[in-house]
Amino acid sequence: MQLTLEFGGGLDLLCQSVKIHHVDVTPNVENGKLTLRDLLSWVRTSLIKERPEMFMKGDSVRPGILVLVNDCDWELCGGHDTELEEKDVVVFISTLHGG
Amino acid sequence: MEEGKRAVGRLCSICSQRRPALKRPKTLEQICRECFYAVFEEEIHRVIMENHLFKAGERIAVAASGGKDSTVLAYVLSELNRRHDYGLDLFLLSVDEGITGYRDDSLETVKRNEIQYGLPLKVVSYKDLYGWTMDEIVKVIGLKNNCTFCGVFRRQALDRGAALLKVDKLVTGHNADDMAETVLLNILRGDIARLSRCTFIMTGEDGPIPRCKPFKYTYEKEIYAYFKKLDYFSTECIYSPNAYRGFAREFIKDLERIRPQAILDIIRSGEDFRISSSTRMPDQGTCERCGYISSQKLCKACVLLEGLNRGLPKLGISRTREAINGSERLHKTGRLPKAEAERPILQSKPCGNLEF
Ligand SMILES: [Zn+2]
Ligand SMILES: [Zn+2]
Ligand SMILES: [Zn+2]
Repeated sequence: MQLTLEFGGGLDLLCQSVKIHHVDVTPNVENGKLTLRDLLSWVRTSLIKERPEMFMKGDSVRPGILVLVNDCDWELCGGHDTELEEKDVVVFISTLHGG
Repeated sequence: MEEGKRAVGRLCSICSQRRPALKRPKTLEQICRECFYAVFEEEIHRVIMENHLFKAGERIAVAASGGKDSTVLAYVLSELNRRHDYGLDLFLLSVDEGITGYRDDSLETVKRNEIQYGLPLKVVSYKDLYGWTMDEIVKVIGLKNNCTFCGVFRRQALDRGAALLKVDKLVTGHNADDMAETVLLNILRGDIARLSRCTFIMTGEDGPIPRCKPFKYTYEKEIYAYFKKLDYFSTECIYSPNAYRGFAREFIKDLERIRPQAILDIIRSGEDFRISSSTRMPDQGTCERCGYISSQKLCKACVLLEGLNRGLPKLGISRTREAINGSERLHKTGRLPKAEAERPILQSKPCGNLEF
């Protein structure tokens, strides 16, 4: 599945200082679906090169990191269970630094 | 791609027409982008009116760092000033600490804001005011105490810049999350005098340049959502690790996830603390050397500068009694435990935007 991932507010520093990543993520073999939960663990293993604890806490993103799916607050589209679709844009912005 | 396609069936709880794009942390309402911009702006307007922050004809400087808070503040204030006829003369005021890479970029953002919003910009630099850039200071003192310098110098630099602009007030972009964090830190430090003061929406009304915080009740999350349509520069001061504050910040965000209302609750509890009469507040005088307000013979900035210029950069930071005579000390009641009295006084003070 082709997705665009954007990292802001300093999170880009965790993935080689690249803000925008065009990625291809394989959906779940059984049902052919990809949830935000799946994507998070994919990002953690495949994209984050250092200090994963700055991105994740437990199996979620750290509190203080905003997640937008196609410009929509992830709390509105179903949180971890949001089902992603081809060409979706997912944005992660840390609010933990700076003003 | 259709916006908010997954929020099937749900419509904005304000206009009932468009798909919601955001869940307001304060109210848990699900609202669309257009309604969000409108309620965001009107809430700031209400805070300004209810707290009588401005009077018609006043000259107001926005402390502009190029970051999201001050960028949104400058934009919203100039909008509201036009829309509601505040009759204010607005200016942007920036401090150039002399940090290569960090300030260069963020000052570029402020310069773009100057043009976009049509607000005159004044930049004051550490180099001009103090003879030292932050880069030069760090070369001498290392990274450990640099935020002491950053914090003290920036506060004073803003006051001096405001005086040069002849403004009546300075507004800063401190938001509700910042304030909740500062309340917690002041509780953790046992700093009762600062605890009640840090929740005031306006401070320094008796001094030369009052400061106010129109974003006192505004959630950081909403400021992010708002400035998605604005131009801004995002980074943390590269000289600012400040782990202690970082923990407080993370704690606040943890609480917010469980119960968004927590941020406003913490601010309210800060407001409700009262200073007991036995806690002495410092008498304010002026610095013998530079005339800045100070409760001591020399203001903090002059003590720190003297250390730098004499090659004793630890002056003003060190543990010795002699060295602290220039630093403002709020508790001289003699009731402090010994460990507290001997702790380095300025060391844990953050650089950054909270102690303006
Ligand atoms: Zn609406
Ligand atoms: Zn700093
Ligand atoms: Zn002085």
